[in-house]
Amino acid sequence: MSEWRYWLNEQRGTLMGLAIFLLMFAVYIANHPAGLTANVAQTAANKGVLFAFVAMAQTLVVITAGIDLSVGMIFILTNCLASWIVVGEPLPTALGVVAVLAAGMVCGAINGLLVIYGRLQPIVATIATGAVYFGLALLLRPFPGGSVNEDLADALTGRLFGVIPSSLVVLAAAVLLVWLPFRRSRLGRAAYAAGSSEQAAFMSGVPIRRGKFAAYTLAGLLAAMGGLFLTFFTYTGEAAYASGSGYTLWSIAAVVLGGVSLYGGRGSAIGAIFGAFAARTTGDMLFVFDVDPLWQPLLQGVVLMIAVSIGSLALLRVRNRLDWFQ
Amino acid sequence: MSDTSEDRISIRTRLPAFLRRADPAVLTAFGCILLLLLLSSLYSSNFLSLNYLLQQLKVASFLGVVAAGVMVVILLGHIDLSVPWVMTTGAMMACAAAGFGSVGPVIAIPFGIICGTAFGLLNGFGVAYLRIPSMIVTLASNVVAQGLMVVYTGGFSPQDSAPPPVRWLATGFLIPGLPNAILVWVAISAMMIFLFTRTAFGRAVYGIGNSERAAYLSGVDTRRVVMIAFAISGALSAFGGVLLAGYSSKAAQAMGDAYLLPAIAAVVLGGTSILGGRGSYLGTVAGVILITLLQSILSVMQMPEAGRQIVYGVVIIVMLLLYGRTPPNR
Amino acid sequence: MTTAEIQATSPLFRMEGVSKRYGGVRALENAKLDVEAGQIHAILGENGAGKSTLIKIMAGVVAADEGRMLLDGQDITFRSPAAASAAGIACVFQELSLIPDLSVADNIAIANPPRRFGLIDRRAQRAIAEEALARAGAEDIHPRAAVKDLPLSRRQMVEIAKALASKPRILILDEATSALTAGDVAKVFAVLKRLRSEGLALLYISHRMHEIAELADTCTVFRNGRNVASFRAGTRSNSEVVEMMIGREYSNVFPPKPPRAVIAKPPRLECRNLGWGDRLRDISLSVAEGEVVGLGGLDGQGQRDLLLALFGVLRGATGSVLIDGVPMTIASPAVARASRSAMALIPEDRKTEGLMLPMTVRENLSFAALDHVSRGGIIDRTAEEQLIDEMVRLLAIKTAGLDIPVGALSGGNQQKVVIAKWLMRKPRIVLLNDPTRGIDVGTKQEMYQLLRRLADAGAAILFYSTDYDELIGCCDRVLVLYDGRIVRELEGRDITEHALIASALNVDDGDRRGTAA
Repeated sequence: MSEWRYWLNEQRGTLMGLAIFLLMFAVYIANHPAGLTANVAQTAANKGVLFAFVAMAQTLVVITAGIDLSVGMIFILTNCLASWIVVGEPLPTALGVVAVLAAGMVCGAINGLLVIYGRLQPIVATIATGAVYFGLALLLRPFPGGSVNEDLADALTGRLFGVIPSSLVVLAAAVLLVWLPFRRSRLGRAAYAAGSSEQAAFMSGVPIRRGKFAAYTLAGLLAAMGGLFLTFFTYTGEAAYASGSGYTLWSIAAVVLGGVSLYGGRGSAIGAIFGAFAARTTGDMLFVFDVDPLWQPLLQGVVLMIAVSIGSLALLRVRNRLDWFQ
Repeated sequence: MSDTSEDRISIRTRLPAFLRRADPAVLTAFGCILLLLLLSSLYSSNFLSLNYLLQQLKVASFLGVVAAGVMVVILLGHIDLSVPWVMTTGAMMACAAAGFGSVGPVIAIPFGIICGTAFGLLNGFGVAYLRIPSMIVTLASNVVAQGLMVVYTGGFSPQDSAPPPVRWLATGFLIPGLPNAILVWVAISAMMIFLFTRTAFGRAVYGIGNSERAAYLSGVDTRRVVMIAFAISGALSAFGGVLLAGYSSKAAQAMGDAYLLPAIAAVVLGGTSILGGRGSYLGTVAGVILITLLQSILSVMQMPEAGRQIVYGVVIIVMLLLYGRTPPNR
Repeated sequence: MTTAEIQATSPLFRMEGVSKRYGGVRALENAKLDVEAGQIHAILGENGAGKSTLIKIMAGVVAADEGRMLLDGQDITFRSPAAASAAGIACVFQELSLIPDLSVADNIAIANPPRRFGLIDRRAQRAIAEEALARAGAEDIHPRAAVKDLPLSRRQMVEIAKALASKPRILILDEATSALTAGDVAKVFAVLKRLRSEGLALLYISHRMHEIAELADTCTVFRNGRNVASFRAGTRSNSEVVEMMIGREYSNVFPPKPPRAVIAKPPRLECRNLGWGDRLRDISLSVAEGEVVGLGGLDGQGQRDLLLALFGVLRGATGSVLIDGVPMTIASPAVARASRSAMALIPEDRKTEGLMLPMTVRENLSFAALDHVSRGGIIDRTAEEQLIDEMVRLLAIKTAGLDIPVGALSGGNQQKVVIAKWLMRKPRIVLLNDPTRGIDVGTKQEMYQLLRRLADAGAAILFYSTDYDELIGCCDRVLVLYDGRIVRELEGRDITEHALIASALNVDDGDRRGTAA
């Protein structure tokens, strides 16, 4: 019985994210004219998965008490790259996918090197690398265009056995193959420890630098997966600045909604995935309520504002006012 | 750590007096401006013409006004991500107020600024009293501002062309040959320098940026200072938006999107620590000019947007590696 | 001598001629220590005697400036805590080295978690954690609990378990029992005795004499960064040990204390039944104008909380505070410093709470008094200059200029700046939190003179110090705190080193007990 309590405590943030998402999704489905059909689920999944990959990427960096403001630009850059090279016969397509993912990892690794060994502040370092990555994206695609292996794209954005959205399956695979191994590895633990208390982590002999580097690099990988999916979804590559910065900003929101602490050391990428889907659903929900689409951004903003304010309730417990100042 | 600061002092005492007091980062930034002008003049002598330089200063003044506000917040160790849509809000509301009968054109500018201040106060309340990370509050209020503007422009046909006073402020000439926008920037800069160096509020901002604990234990109402700082940032963002509307003669959606990152970069390149507490206003001026020049020169040289972005990012990284590093852990 | 002979005669661990300085302050001077396997070795000394530095060097947290260390007769140096841990030296630190957001099991196995196929094997990790917790006698702690959710006493037990899990040959415990309940202490003692019988070497640092009497085989006394004596436990009386800790090496010159006049006015500062959670219990005290009242006791018995509570920093403090006999609600430092109470607090940590190190001397000096030198929020530079010059002269602050960062000054001068920035407000109540820690002897003398001058000018002074000598030399009265309560009040001639240390350690020194106990 008490095992359950500890499990709940560990997963509180993630479960909060899940609860917010389920609530919103339930309301959405209940009011959707078609109800929960495979088609509705597929569309919702495809849109949400893009957010989810970028939010997972952001989580990895936030856990180390950093922030990656270039994550949306890596997403855009890999989208543009994929629209060139993920084409043709199965073998070149496969090589293309690998190259796109590797490009994302290189971008993440550059961020990591600048922050860890260059000792730059994550905020400004990733603003600057974000500009570079966006520039590279523009270089690849000055105008929207390109193409992608449509068989692969349709397979990954379609449905498996006619019911399960295959994008969700890919997302689950990413969780299983990237996130869970990271979390269970020594480096992943080092990333958490460094984010929670760098001093205590040093005293305990934790490999702080390698842990952080791994987090930044894998963040690049996950952002690249998102970029790949964007290509599968749109069949083209486009270097859209607003889209890149929008994904970056919403990734931070998704992370917070999913119970990941911006101060580092706490939270899970799975929570961030729910946060991303919840953020995505806020948008969709307004359609089913027949709200004028014009109101969508405002309501999204208000929901976000309320969600982040809830966290400040913990302030009421602070008894030494000096604790306000971290 | 104490060793290096002592070394730095001993080097400094050997410099001439006017250099001794200047921040090395500010000097580097101004040095880069000169270098940039020199290199570009090899490409074309037009770059050194008075006309070109005045035009650049005029363009820089919009960024300059926004960056001044962002700097106050960064000095506290916080960040303001609501700049883009608070700018747009300021611009649109100013244009909207202009349509308000005969008093409209008179209240246009103040009304735009008041709207920006309101968002600033919202940010400040969230950061200072609810202690939500500034990155999140300002992000959320950016979305709220965007939402309000989308509703406003979509709901009914808005008055979106800039009224004459706004245009005059941005493009007119009070002093022949000197664009008003530059005068506005100079005036705001004078106010900021006064604020930072001569007022108790300015000292409190630096104090909080260095150690909010120490400032609080010194009896400063740190929460109020933080809230006011965000209000200033909101007001100046909105004012920057108003000026920009005057320059392009109308307010448009997403007009502020291209200003957030350059504003932060300008402040940081000017030697202000993103962790707060350190930096001088002159540095921010240098950073603003540097970024504007860099963008302009790259575009005059017909470098495509892609190359501009890359050069821009690489320059920022290199400059930060030169003087923006945090001290090593041990 | 051959290597074999050295090994035959040398102890498990030996430290020779080790010195360490922090800036200008000598923390450890030519220290020597032998640690034998199968023994509990107690380290004794006053606050600041060099014990903490000694163990930080042994644990690889800081590097010694000079001297050598030998393990099994071999020279060793540690470049990181991990290296010391690998060599078999584990340390239970006073300031906890646990990672708050991770679980107990994660923390216990942090240095070298068990792995299967490259991933952390949570089941094996849990077994390790359970075994370590059991060895430390803390089976009640759940391995999955997050460290940040545990109370301090449980965290300390986890810290002990974590040290045991690394299977050390030398275990260092630095004030490891300070936050524990009596039941825990008994369990930990049983564990330590068992470990001794298993052949571990234990280094035990504590202020509690009865603990040392119960546990230790050997004792070493440190004073002013040197080891002054080593002896077998039980061969010296408590009283003799206390004498060794105090020493007679230096004596400060204190200004004379004026005879206390009986004042008819209500006390300048009074608090009644002040409480704050379990950290402050039922504290009643009063300080009259012109009086210097000391707060004594071991570090961390609530003295810091008491000063913060009076200064309006703590939320949810109960009881009442009266200024000049009038009840006042002080809800923030801004209220505390306002003219009605005119309080000043010299905080504990000048680097993070007293000063903004990168800002200039000038900006730091006037920071707390800007409202006095500005009108409508605009600083009157002439008035500011005057006040600053006056303070620099009054306190004889030595600085290369007013426009250099305050962080470039020496520790003593930094502390003078902290005091000066408050004196600018002409405070009527001055609260000081260990203001002479880590500063040189000369500056200390100046501060004693200053305190007395302030009192003579009519201020009420409440002064917490970890240096007993200061309390004796400076204070008209001393209140000794233990576990958040005032356990003893000493006055006039009764303020002696012996009485202070004895009541701080809560052992009976044979004198009469204070009425406040």
